[in-house]
Amino acid sequence: MQCDVCQSKEATVFLTQIVDGKMQKVNLCESCSKEKGVNDPTGFALADLLMGLGAAQEIEKSPGALKCQVCGFTQADFKKTGRLGCSACYTVFAEGLSGMLKNMHKGMIHTGKAPAALQVRREQGEKLRTLQESLTQAVAAEEYERAADLRDQIRRMEAGTPA
Amino acid sequence: MKFSKIIASSGEWLSGDGPHRNIVVSSRVRLARNLREKPFPGWAKKAERLEVMRQVKTAVENLPEMSDSYSENLEALSPLEKQVLVERHLISREHAAKGVGSAVVMNAPQTLSVMINEEDHLRMQAICCGLQLDKVFGMINRVDSELEEVLDYAFDSSLGYLTACPTNVGTGMRASAMLHLPGLVMSEQINKIVNSVNKIGLAVRGLHGEGTEAMGNLFQVSNQTTLGETEEEIIGRLNRVIEQILEHEQNARALLAQRKSVTLHDQIGRAYGVLSHAYSMSSKEALNLLSVIKLGVDLGVFSEPCRFPVDELFIETQPAHLQKGAGTQKMSADERDSLRAAIIRAKLSQVQEPDIAHLKARTPDPADDQNDE
Ligand SMILES: [Zn+2]
Ligand SMILES: [Zn+2]
Repeated sequence: MQCDVCQSKEATVFLTQIVDGKMQKVNLCESCSKEKGVNDPTGFALADLLMGLGAAQEIEKSPGALKCQVCGFTQADFKKTGRLGCSACYTVFAEGLSGMLKNMHKGMIHTGKAPAALQVRREQGEKLRTLQESLTQAVAAEEYERAADLRDQIRRMEAGTPA
Repeated sequence: MKFSKIIASSGEWLSGDGPHRNIVVSSRVRLARNLREKPFPGWAKKAERLEVMRQVKTAVENLPEMSDSYSENLEALSPLEKQVLVERHLISREHAAKGVGSAVVMNAPQTLSVMINEEDHLRMQAICCGLQLDKVFGMINRVDSELEEVLDYAFDSSLGYLTACPTNVGTGMRASAMLHLPGLVMSEQINKIVNSVNKIGLAVRGLHGEGTEAMGNLFQVSNQTTLGETEEEIIGRLNRVIEQILEHEQNARALLAQRKSVTLHDQIGRAYGVLSHAYSMSSKEALNLLSVIKLGVDLGVFSEPCRFPVDELFIETQPAHLQKGAGTQKMSADERDSLRAAIIRAKLSQVQEPDIAHLKARTPDPADDQNDE
């Protein structure tokens, strides 16, 4: 049996993995299996390999010859490797990626951990929005004392957070 | 700390204790992180990789958790040393293939390790013995929180942590447990279990081996998706599934002991016989026979003090660990097989013969009776 990756050497490593409820069979030769890290009991390289390659085909459908201005990565590079070039690539290739992420994951929006500094900024943004709403209400209700107080609070917060 | 020193003792995940450690060999959580707008390692030029490595390595070495650590650039490690780290589950095979521009930092008990410039700028993991995914996540989460104060992570408010491969985006987390499931394999229920586990977005895989037949009856269960759920939700899902697998494994063992006791006694006796008298043994044969001995320890056929030496053999009989013990001369496969057999014989000479009567005396009641033959 031939190796699925290089299509030349004799396959000696036979792997079955269930990815997303689908049975995926892969036959690899010794050197390809080493390279892909499939013997690594801790590795997730195979799933990544299978899904990454599928992903790369998907992004091909997105229009235009996109190129990341930050790192110079192109669609052709993505198709070849199943990996992206840098974090900015996620914005550049967003359109093509979204369909693929949808098939790959449980949801499209991250709900887990966020860096604490960012978390604070997120919460401040929310608080600011609430304050501004209250201010609009106060002005509408002609509660000028309260409105002035709110305006001060907003100014203080804005001064404290870098734009 | 020197390589020889860190490697002289087996990691805490092997020698330590933890809940359900009979069946759950280890729990591990790995987080993938990257620096904002720096090319990912696979795309970065050498100079860029070196710059990221210097920055990240300093940050990691300065962590309080790493006050007593081993830290090395990959090009400074021999292929053999890298392989030893792979066999100990401290670095990935992919990482072992890296050279200039990649590094590894780990703590002395070998419970925390950080791969720098693997597929992502950082891949950090915590590993412990037994089923304790929450604890392991807590450990690595703390490390991550300390690092985010000094490193500018690539994070997007809707996509989460941005990773080189879109399969890891979001939490960047892979939580996994290594399970020893001889009961489910012997009773031919493993395929059923694997199929049902996969229906809920988790992946089960055996080590090597064809189909779901795994070497040494060792299987790894892990989350397959990383975006759309919190870390706690993913780990909770994994915990619930593992607990169910544990229950099935225990039932399978009880049923085997009751219904197929002769086969079970025969397998344990033969495994002990072959392991204590063989003069050449492949890695595959060793793992499969050691698995049966490990089951024997769980069933009380071998005394409890035998557990650690047997567990150790799973690691010590791996190719790089054998070569490391043999010195500088590179061994052939035949020489390795012969050394492997010698190491096993020596260790098993300290393990008393299987006490089959013990197994017969305490044959437990199977929890369910529906598995008619
Ligand atoms: Zn090949
Ligand atoms: Zn880019």
